[in-house]
Amino acid sequence: MKFSLSWLKDHLDTTASLDEIVETLTRIGLEVEGVEDKAKVLAPYSIAYVISAEQHPNADRLRVCMVDTGEGAPVQVVCGAPNARTGMKSVFSPPGTYIPGKNITLGVGTIRGVESRGMLCSAAELGISDDHDGIIDLPEDAPVGQPYAAYAGLDDPVIEINLTPNRPDCTSIHGIARDLAAAGLGTLTKDAVEPVAGQGACPVSVTLDIDDAKLCPAFALRLVRGVRNGPSPEWLQRRLTSIGLRPINALVDITNYITFDRGRPLHVFDAKKVKGNLTVRRAKEGEEVLALDTRTYKLDPSVVVIADETGVESIGGIMGGEHSGVDENTTEVLIEAALWDPLNIAQTGRKLGIITDARYRFERGVDPAFTGPGLDLATRMVIDLCGGEASEALVAGEVPAVTRSIDFPFAEVPRLSGLDVQPDESRTILEKLGFGVSGSGGRVSVTPPSWRPDIEGKADLVEEVIRIAGVDRILPQPLPRIEATVAKPILTPIQRRTRLAKRTLATRGLVEAVTWSFVAKGEAELFGGGDARLALANPIAADLSDMRPSLLPGLLKAAQRNADRGFGDVALFEVGQTFASDQPEGQSIKAAAVRRGTARAEGVGRHWDGGAVAVDVFDAKADALALLSALGVPVGGLQVVAGGPSWLHPGRSGTLQFGPKNVIGSFGEIHPKILKALDLKGPLVAFELTLDALPPAKAKPTKMKPKLTLSDFQPISRDFAFVVGRAVAAGDIVKAAQAAERALIAGIEVFDVYEGTGIDPDKKSVAIAVTLQPTEKTLTDTEIEAVSAKIVGEVLKKTGAVLRG
Amino acid sequence: MTDLSELENTLLGQVNAAGDEAALETVRVSALGKKGSVSELLKTLGAMTPEERKERGPLINGLRDKVQTAIAARKDTLGEAALDARLAAERIDVTLPVQEGPETRGRIHPITQVIDELTAIFADMGFSVAEGPDIETDYLNFTALNFPVGHPAREMHDTFFLAPDEKGERKVLRTHTSPVQIRTMTSQKPPIRVIIPGRTYRHDSDQTHTPMFHQVEGLVIDKQANIAHMKWVLEEFCKAFFEVEQVKMRFRPSFFPFTEPSAEVDIQCSRKGGEIRFGEGDDWLEILGCGMVHPNVLRNCGLDPDEYQGFAWGMGIDRIAMLKYGMPDLRQFFEADVRWLNHYGFRPLDIPSLVGGLTS
Repeated sequence: MKFSLSWLKDHLDTTASLDEIVETLTRIGLEVEGVEDKAKVLAPYSIAYVISAEQHPNADRLRVCMVDTGEGAPVQVVCGAPNARTGMKSVFSPPGTYIPGKNITLGVGTIRGVESRGMLCSAAELGISDDHDGIIDLPEDAPVGQPYAAYAGLDDPVIEINLTPNRPDCTSIHGIARDLAAAGLGTLTKDAVEPVAGQGACPVSVTLDIDDAKLCPAFALRLVRGVRNGPSPEWLQRRLTSIGLRPINALVDITNYITFDRGRPLHVFDAKKVKGNLTVRRAKEGEEVLALDTRTYKLDPSVVVIADETGVESIGGIMGGEHSGVDENTTEVLIEAALWDPLNIAQTGRKLGIITDARYRFERGVDPAFTGPGLDLATRMVIDLCGGEASEALVAGEVPAVTRSIDFPFAEVPRLSGLDVQPDESRTILEKLGFGVSGSGGRVSVTPPSWRPDIEGKADLVEEVIRIAGVDRILPQPLPRIEATVAKPILTPIQRRTRLAKRTLATRGLVEAVTWSFVAKGEAELFGGGDARLALANPIAADLSDMRPSLLPGLLKAAQRNADRGFGDVALFEVGQTFASDQPEGQSIKAAAVRRGTARAEGVGRHWDGGAVAVDVFDAKADALALLSALGVPVGGLQVVAGGPSWLHPGRSGTLQFGPKNVIGSFGEIHPKILKALDLKGPLVAFELTLDALPPAKAKPTKMKPKLTLSDFQPISRDFAFVVGRAVAAGDIVKAAQAAERALIAGIEVFDVYEGTGIDPDKKSVAIAVTLQPTEKTLTDTEIEAVSAKIVGEVLKKTGAVLRG
Repeated sequence: MTDLSELENTLLGQVNAAGDEAALETVRVSALGKKGSVSELLKTLGAMTPEERKERGPLINGLRDKVQTAIAARKDTLGEAALDARLAAERIDVTLPVQEGPETRGRIHPITQVIDELTAIFADMGFSVAEGPDIETDYLNFTALNFPVGHPAREMHDTFFLAPDEKGERKVLRTHTSPVQIRTMTSQKPPIRVIIPGRTYRHDSDQTHTPMFHQVEGLVIDKQANIAHMKWVLEEFCKAFFEVEQVKMRFRPSFFPFTEPSAEVDIQCSRKGGEIRFGEGDDWLEILGCGMVHPNVLRNCGLDPDEYQGFAWGMGIDRIAMLKYGMPDLRQFFEADVRWLNHYGFRPLDIPSLVGGLTS
């Protein structure tokens, strides 16, 4: 919403400065977006007299002018304008002046050997119009030496406010003035509109042919005969141009003026172009109208139109039709002041893509009570500016009465705001804003004015009071602790695990990424998703169409993007939400990481100390297990099962589970098919764990750690090398060995795996080191031999392994 | 007794001439070994008369001691030299670079870091962290929050919708974290103090908007909480978060469907040379929206607005991260460009806390 200071002063009698007004507007909720103060920019420009304009000695197109600036001796100026001549008055700028139209700062110059100490300016150079045709040519009586801006009426600052959608009343300058007056910045003037009686009935009738009365509750119309429609007077044109509107002709300018002045959009029809009577109705499917913006709109029954016998003449509340528009030949004019449904106007405007000052107001809600007065105000202006004789006004439908009252205890103000505003002050503020306040004491009945459809209840009234009283009067007040205790831990177990997971993965050399929650449909399908219920109806891009089932597609693509930029050894992780259904239970928190190239935890890239080792499945497995360990997940029952989901290499992946029905995640090399489908280059390994699926840490009754028992006897270690079939899992050998003697075996490490010379081609050698920890006495050789035999026997039984000879 | 002196000279000469431990050992054996020259002399003592022994004994023993001492001394010297030689041989080039450890390479994303900072600050004020699903019902995202039917935010050009389900209900990707306010108020009794950080989505993609971004909201519900408390909470937050002694804030009355009264909050700052500093200067920067929870929202949660009251606020996590840490472009947050993450990310153990400071 834009308005000029002088226009505001039509409605507000004030001595406040521009700065005070701007500051107050923002303070009361009418946020000032910008102030354009031409007087400031144009301050150095003054009116000057051209004493003489002679031909430049060295240039055909230039003249050397002696200029009387009203101050001191005449100034020599070289001027290239064709209209520069002796005896004219124009606009002068001295050296050092900023020229907005050229974006330069003027200096003293020598042009073709003649010194020039300033400039005579065109309107374009001042940035006030597109007129480049020559320097400004002022009338003879223009006062030399005076500031040009004030003389030309350009010293009227224009203020633009960012209006919130709840304030239709401030789509009018009158409404803005009312708010400022309430805030103590002056007195509101110019309120009531004197009714215009009119002669004889309006010859054109209006039928409201709509199924839902609220689409157009009221439609007021009046004919004015014998008008002369030419350019509007200068004051009106200046008002409109000051806020960026283009003057058209008096009749149109009047409607635009009242739209801004009073927030009351109107429409004028050339009565001679209207055939028969007017009907307000829904448009027919496919019906078209050529609107005033010279574009043709295709309509449907959701659009409410004003039609005559020949068809649609106007899109109600949004834009008139070209056919019945007024022009300089118009002699009979129909003036319309109607009410439209805000919701329908908004939807129609969006659907047709039309933004007009009328739509802006109707979709917020126009003051219904001002329907008649608005028509009268327009009629009076038409008669004043264009002559003519008005008919009586006709009103189809009924202007809805706004009669709601709110029971308001003034104590609501301090209750909600914490500011002790006294009832008297609250009452005064509400009354100045046009609210009816009846009753006395601490509890009153408040009637909101017709222009404030946003006011529903007590909280709205509190807002009115405090925004005018001043939110800055409310002093911060400490929020007391709920309990007078040391702050308690507040994170839930999953929140703690999520935080810890991120820090743990980062300490493993992984870099945290945050990737989109949506992926391409094909990617979702490749990673176990693709459910139609998780597809967006209106994706922003085709590759961001489906809610992600896994963090991996986003991370894998990110790794490839980095590789494409020349950073191929990249290790990324993400901890975030994935989606298995559109229900809250279908959303889970996963942790995932990808490693590419040689980005291993131990080191990245080539190094003199060894390195450039490509990532493999065990890097991913190590990440997953490190995470479980850091999260304190009890891993006693954890199973690592060979093979994984379809996106991992079937022979180089593993599934982490607590039993087949309790899978918590997987790790492995990315499947070559996935690499191909997503256009990725390996080596790429990954793991993904579902944090919500992890068993909770064991609940303990106290913070006491279990008692530490240390053995007095030294542990001993025995090595065993087994030859087994290549398909036998090392994990099974370890498990079998462990089972041989649970009490004594404190640990088993696999320290060598060998295939090749000396071993059958279908076999491999797996060597383990078993640590025995005696607890009661030192083991004798015989006892150690017995344990060893048990281990060998158990491993043979479970895996068919034989000791390597 | 020139024979002894001669022997002594010879042996000591040999000891000093021994170039390594092996040579020294040969000397030792030749002198002190079973058949060594000194040992042989010692053997002769037994056959001597007591007088002879009295005279010769101390001389021969003295010779043995001298030789022994000389050998020991020579051994030390040779040992030192050998060690020096070994150390010299073992010298390596310590200027060779070591591999950076994983804890040096890892990074935490600024969004995670800022959420941890927010959590530390608000936990101290007694707030817990509430969360909710990204896929929301239209009711919780809009209706319960007092968005009127036909509000532009409910249109396809602003909000992401999923396909309608069997019941014809269209789920949305939450456009703000506010539906979690409703979930919180309907699942726990006041007093309520929560912050709600999370992912949010709007149908927007340009220089300064991404279709996904992060918001944090706060909600306080009890029987007294008012705007004065809200101002205190927000001022304390801003001081703590931006780590400045003072901030000047401006509360501008504004409008949101779910709060009444509502305000937008600007924070005073200076913008010299493209760098934003808080606690100084005379520019204003919009930072958050807030207000008293709308009575209709309270009613929608089964709370009587005449009994319960409270306030809520919301702000962009990505935005306050940019303001605090100076990233120029929002879109980079979601690009996973390791150059950006290495630069703007945080070290793994930079864990924000109030005792140690949010940033080190």
